[in-house]
Amino acid sequence: MDFMTLIAIFDSTLRYATPLLLACLAGLYSERAGVVDIGLEGKMLGAAFVTGGVAYVTGSIWLGLLAGTAASIALSLIHGVASITYHGDQLISGVAINFLAAGLSIVIASAWFGLGGRTPSLPPEARFQNINLPLADTLQNVPILGPIYSELISGHTILVYVALLAVPVTWAVLFRTRFGLRLRAAGENPGAVDTAGVSVVRLRYYAILIAGLLCGLAGAYLADFAANFVKDMTAGRGFIALAALIFAKWRPWQAMGTCLLFGFLSAAAPYLENKSFMGIEVASQFIDALPYILTVIILAGFVGKAIPPRAGGQPYVKEQ
Amino acid sequence: MKKMPRWADVALIPILNLLIAFIISGLVLLAIGKDPWAALGTMIDGSFGSSRGVGYTLYYTTNFIFTGLAMGIASHARMFNIGGEGQAALGGLGVALILLAVPWPHWTLALPAAILFGGLFGAAWAFIPAYLQAKRGSHIVITTIMFNFIAASLMGYLLTGVLKVPGKMAAETAKFPEGAHLPTFHEMLAPFGIEFSKHAPANLSFLVALLCLYVFWILVWRTRLGYNIRAFGESESAAVYAGINPAKIIIITMLISGAFAGLMAINNVMGEAERLIHNAVEGAGFIGIAVALMGRNHPIGIFLAALLFGFLWQGGAELQFEHQIPREMVTVIQALVILLTGALDNMVRRPVEKLFIMRYKAKGL
Amino acid sequence: MATATETGRQETAALASPAPAIELRGISKAFGPVQANKDISIRVEKGTVHGIIGENGAGKSTLMSILYGFYKADAGEIFIGGKETLIPDSQAAISAGIGMVFQHFKLVENFTVLENVVLGAEEGFRLTPSLRKARKLLTELAAEYELNVDPDALIEDLSVGHRQRVEILKALYRKADILILDEPTGVLTPAEADHLFRILEGLRDAGKTIILITHKLREIMDITDTVSVMRRGEMTATVKTSETSPEHLAELMVGRKVLLRVDKKPAQLGKEILKVENLRVVDEQGVERLKGIGFNIRAGEILGIAGVSGNGQSELLEVLGGYAEATGKVSLHGEELDLSGAESDAQSRRLKGIAHVPEDRHEEGLILNFHAWENMVFGYQNDPKYNKNKILMDNKAIWDETQAKMDRFDVRPPNPRLNAANFSGGNQQKIVLAREIERNPELLLIGQPTRGVDIGAIEFIHQQIVELRDQGKAILLVSVELEEVLSLADRIVVMFDGQIMGERLSSETDERELGMLMAGMKQGADA
Repeated sequence: MDFMTLIAIFDSTLRYATPLLLACLAGLYSERAGVVDIGLEGKMLGAAFVTGGVAYVTGSIWLGLLAGTAASIALSLIHGVASITYHGDQLISGVAINFLAAGLSIVIASAWFGLGGRTPSLPPEARFQNINLPLADTLQNVPILGPIYSELISGHTILVYVALLAVPVTWAVLFRTRFGLRLRAAGENPGAVDTAGVSVVRLRYYAILIAGLLCGLAGAYLADFAANFVKDMTAGRGFIALAALIFAKWRPWQAMGTCLLFGFLSAAAPYLENKSFMGIEVASQFIDALPYILTVIILAGFVGKAIPPRAGGQPYVKEQ
Repeated sequence: MKKMPRWADVALIPILNLLIAFIISGLVLLAIGKDPWAALGTMIDGSFGSSRGVGYTLYYTTNFIFTGLAMGIASHARMFNIGGEGQAALGGLGVALILLAVPWPHWTLALPAAILFGGLFGAAWAFIPAYLQAKRGSHIVITTIMFNFIAASLMGYLLTGVLKVPGKMAAETAKFPEGAHLPTFHEMLAPFGIEFSKHAPANLSFLVALLCLYVFWILVWRTRLGYNIRAFGESESAAVYAGINPAKIIIITMLISGAFAGLMAINNVMGEAERLIHNAVEGAGFIGIAVALMGRNHPIGIFLAALLFGFLWQGGAELQFEHQIPREMVTVIQALVILLTGALDNMVRRPVEKLFIMRYKAKGL
Repeated sequence: MATATETGRQETAALASPAPAIELRGISKAFGPVQANKDISIRVEKGTVHGIIGENGAGKSTLMSILYGFYKADAGEIFIGGKETLIPDSQAAISAGIGMVFQHFKLVENFTVLENVVLGAEEGFRLTPSLRKARKLLTELAAEYELNVDPDALIEDLSVGHRQRVEILKALYRKADILILDEPTGVLTPAEADHLFRILEGLRDAGKTIILITHKLREIMDITDTVSVMRRGEMTATVKTSETSPEHLAELMVGRKVLLRVDKKPAQLGKEILKVENLRVVDEQGVERLKGIGFNIRAGEILGIAGVSGNGQSELLEVLGGYAEATGKVSLHGEELDLSGAESDAQSRRLKGIAHVPEDRHEEGLILNFHAWENMVFGYQNDPKYNKNKILMDNKAIWDETQAKMDRFDVRPPNPRLNAANFSGGNQQKIVLAREIERNPELLLIGQPTRGVDIGAIEFIHQQIVELRDQGKAILLVSVELEEVLSLADRIVVMFDGQIMGERLSSETDERELGMLMAGMKQGADA
């Protein structure tokens, strides 16, 4: 494996990791506030569809992004009404949202474009442009660092950088702001937040709105990347993001690390599969399943127990 | 404190939920420029209008009864087994392995073996999440989701590898031996002079499913195990007071749940495809969630809800041909049913309760 | 130290302004048919420690919850510093300068002390300035009031006493002038409690007003300036602590109740059935709930355990019932029981002839969504007589037996198909009693037999218990109703803080003496 292959693998690692990271951070906000979200998949899918459709019709990926994010936030609000306002089961609500998005996206897409549930291909001008960072071309020929800068770091679409930037921002919001402190407290001991005179309900709604926003970006990224929307295009990424969230123990930097790792598994898969290591042939399906297997091992607590936010999954009902 | 009569709880609320789900679905159809009434007519006609339609409807119903029972038994212990999809897939593997391993002379011998292996494999796939929940506190919802994906990968691996017929392209096993063929409705009803479509996949498994409904009822309401499961599900603290071991109940319940899901394979794998194909479960595991929620975890409710979804599934296919409405419309209805009966139950329940309490007060009760 | 406190007390008395820190006028609050607070009026002077004492369920906590904005009073007004103040929520209470230290702390376990202190009272969007300010203030408060606690420690690593200090710091950080503490010493060791009182005295001397809710007379006598006594939702008296005595307070607290008549022959004591030695229970938080207690019960005897709830009685019942771990020795008929708490042991206790009417019939004794007939075998579902074979239950046998038991215990309505939830409290309790007593046990554990039960059923339930005793069975009766223990038990053990404060024959004691023991006053009661 030569150097340029390695650069190519890392480059696509970044591309694979971006939607995972955005969805994972979405889950992080929601679950840190005490609202378990297994509807990440659905929100991404909904956003991907709306982005694909609107970007095609308007010719603007930005309008597509806006509309896609709005769709994702709308799905978040359904989750909020069910699980925060009506104290419904957060898991069931999440399951329902996944199906709702899976169904509605196809039904509407078919009626809209008549392509059997796809959206038409986006022309290049209705997609995000790759951003060439300053001096990328100039430095291209510098050995080692040149390709790393110009091929790997430079030349991605805006959402890749947004996702990477969202990590320190999330860290700062959670651990360096008043809002973050309250949000985390709402997921650990909502009673403490309530007796301190702060509304748990409002905090949790903020959290799921942010989750909707981030899932929206993740979905838009997918639609832009594939240049259209196709049936079930999230392909379980929402659940891998959920797995990454558990793997990262609900912490932003670790979330980035995990998403890059899972992204790397996808990027490296074509180079790994059907090669034998120590006499054992690596099946591509094994690499696909690896994130889930690793997560189960973490959940089982055999390698550093993953302890979720303590009040996660429980609707907050004021004590009486 | 009586909030509402029993009939309101078991019938009125689910019907109201369903009604709202249908109204919203109708609005979706209107929004995409389709006539909801015409669509409904097509669906009814397509699923009940011919023996072929009925055959398909009952075939899907059979699948959903099994997965609904899987969800239902878990719910009685307050477990949310979202892994029906993976357990049913593994059940298919068990059925395929045993049916391919032996040159079965007749279905009467093959069926018990298939039931045993389907159930066993499904239960085995539920065992690890169950054990991790009972002994290590790992949340069963997350682990069963993970196990669905792991199952999909495993099945993909096997069907493109060791189980594939050499030289063929399709990711599927060889056809099962003739002797493992389950009678279809066409064959079952012919001796009685009833003409039933030859092309419908409904088969003897439907009767097994009905039998399982009965077994479920006996298990939950007539056996000591069922008593313990329900007691644990209602109140863990009371169960502990009564000397019921929570870990044991969690594991046993999940094994039964996985076995019900695995049993689905006698319908879709043994009865219909007669080979193991890729993605044989087709989401039936998830529909089980909606079926159990709607059916209030009772066999009669599960049967009716499974029939409803069988109708939707088959009718949905007809929608595609007649009105160019994608069959994903059914997924939308399924989502709304889960949302309304599961998560937004309080939205309907609270006002209904209020009405009844007002009535009780008015009557001076 | 003592003299400094004395002068402090005199000074505050002299400075007491006409406008009290808090004045409540005519506060009433009902929960359904239960009148939790009845027309309560009280003045709490500024710069004093005001004690509120009363038995369980006297309405103390409800009153304080109204003051902190958790409940809305049905009637009445609240004046803070002489001004009428509406307190619709916690935020309003905090703005009015009220701080509350709950019995169950409201702390985020994996946050640091600093983070917990500033939560909800941060200044501005950025956290760092708030934390810096809080750190400075904490250092000052630590020096001033002995409120030392490491600002960077995680709550989960702190002892209970330190956690409580964090709660006090939270209130002070919010500039509370009025501090309410709800049973603050319930979870503290004696040394921690002493430390807490020094802190409270310091705060009082600095001009803060403190309301101390407790059921412990010693605390009232030690630290309060004024004390109000609550009984059955009413404020029965407010007196200066210096002008009263523990005996007088105990009397005000329990009242002069007319004993319920329980027809009861003198006990015919047989041989020893249960012997408990050096029983210890440590809970999940590592707090010792039972601190090496011992007692015995003989056949034909009712042993009553008196005490305010939360002093170890529940743990005792759980251990004997077979579903909590303990160390020590418990023997039934001289045969030692396994105390390792393996969960299925609740079954083996039943097989050995120990029946258990648990304290909380909703959480433990019944499955509310089960039919009456299903509840009638709850805990005994393995008994062969309720089963056709190893798998199927014999519902017909259970049904018939339920009907017979419902008749004998006069359960109304006598309908086995009704869900347990649909019976009144008294009839629910009769179902549990019928199930347990009709087993004809060697030893009956019974907790709070008449909690939430109507008068008519109380008498019936008491008769059943006495009848069982007269059949030569041993009975362990746990009740927070002193009156009930006195009228039913032959011998009484008083529990306080996981220990046995004293043992009395019920014929040779009275409510006053027991009340003193329940409040942890040993010397007073012995004198």
